Amino acid sequence: MPKITYIEYGGKSHTIDVANELTVMEGAVQNDIPGIDADCGGACACATCHVYVDKKWFNKLPKAEEAEIDMLDVAFEPKKFSRLGCQISVTDELDGLVVKMPSKQA
Amino acid sequence: MIKTDVVIIGSGPVGLFAVHQLGIVGLKAEVIDNLDKIGGQCIELYPDKPIYDIPALPKCTGKSLTDNLLEQIKPFKTNFHLSQRVESISREDNNWKITTNKKNIFLASNIIIAAGVGSFEPRKLQINEAEKFENKQIFYSIKDKTFFKNKKISIFGGGDSALDWAIELSKFSEVTLIHRRNEFRGVEHSSEIARGLEKEGKLKIKTPFSINSIEGEDKINAITIKNEDEKIEKISTDYILGFFGLIMKLGPIAEWGLNLDKKTIPVNTNNFQTNKEGIFAIGDICSYPGKFKLILSGFHEGALAARACFKLARPNEKYRFEFTTTSKTLQSRLGLKKSD
Repeated sequence: MPKITYIEYGGKSHTIDVANELTVMEGAVQNDIPGIDADCGGACACATCHVYVDKKWFNKLPKAEEAEIDMLDVAFEPKKFSRLGCQISVTDELDGLVVKMPSKQA
Repeated sequence: MIKTDVVIIGSGPVGLFAVHQLGIVGLKAEVIDNLDKIGGQCIELYPDKPIYDIPALPKCTGKSLTDNLLEQIKPFKTNFHLSQRVESISREDNNWKITTNKKNIFLASNIIIAAGVGSFEPRKLQINEAEKFENKQIFYSIKDKTFFKNKKISIFGGGDSALDWAIELSKFSEVTLIHRRNEFRGVEHSSEIARGLEKEGKLKIKTPFSINSIEGEDKINAITIKNEDEKIEKISTDYILGFFGLIMKLGPIAEWGLNLDKKTIPVNTNNFQTNKEGIFAIGDICSYPGKFKLILSGFHEGALAARACFKLARPNEKYRFEFTTTSKTLQSRLGLKKSD
């Protein structure tokens, strides 16, 4: 199973196995990793699963669709490497992916 | 003061179907919602997105589901109290007293909380001093546009509200529209108009910029904005308008003495009552072992909660289980005549 590393805003790191086809958001929520709220449950409708993707990984991800880019506008402190966790599907190619959480989601 | 059997907090699909189930057992409900429209997340977040898992509705949308539920509860002539949030609840004799932020007061033997992830509220500027100036020089909605006449206005956001107000206020004020990326997400027509006004010198547009600081001690006189390369610009400003969409917040519910588990309210699965008698929680906001956040689960939860409400609202009557297909009583509550 691909390993995904989630780094909390305070720096605490969690590396966990996330099954293929789950999303980065689901991986966090199902493993009780703090810092990802996912209020809308994965409908790309709330921007509370916002993460900063590690620079090295950002271009390896499939590009964000327009709905996600629009939604990132209303995320808390979006930056260049911002993505929504619910829109990143985990695959073997993403084994080792590192994402950081913003200081808060809303 | 409004007296009723049940106050429902939240007008999403689950709150609406609770109205139906209460109506069937002969109880009156009043519904309160902080949005200015009925439908909750279905209307605010995904009115056009297809939903495939509502029983007997192979496909619907957030909008059509809401419309159908409204049609279904029409016989019960329910009052909706929109654009207001329940602030506090207290016990008064055998009733709950419910007060909204518009100072509307309700007295009911039961409360059903069907509030999803909380109430929708405007997302605010994420900068320390912003709160101090809120509703003085920083606004997240506009009630009277003439208030902003002949002023220097900085508008933040990239959606329809930001574009529409930038266009409108630029007719009589000095407006700068600031957005964190170069593309606007509002309808194309509006961004074309805005770009046109920019060319004519009637509107300033700053992209990709976001807020950096507010300048001024007791009064804002300017703001600074910065882009990805940390380039900073200063803009002389009287008023800041932020249009960043809505966010869901649990809000005052957390202060009512209800048990909470993260952002949810634990309930028992016999009747979906919380730790307080006469307060029920259904839909996404409730939690119990095996909970699924599905609309259909919320319908079931509402059906059971409605029967429990009956016991408290009509302590001297006996509840009789009946089917709408055969019961004359239920059919008359549904407004049906013999010929129907």
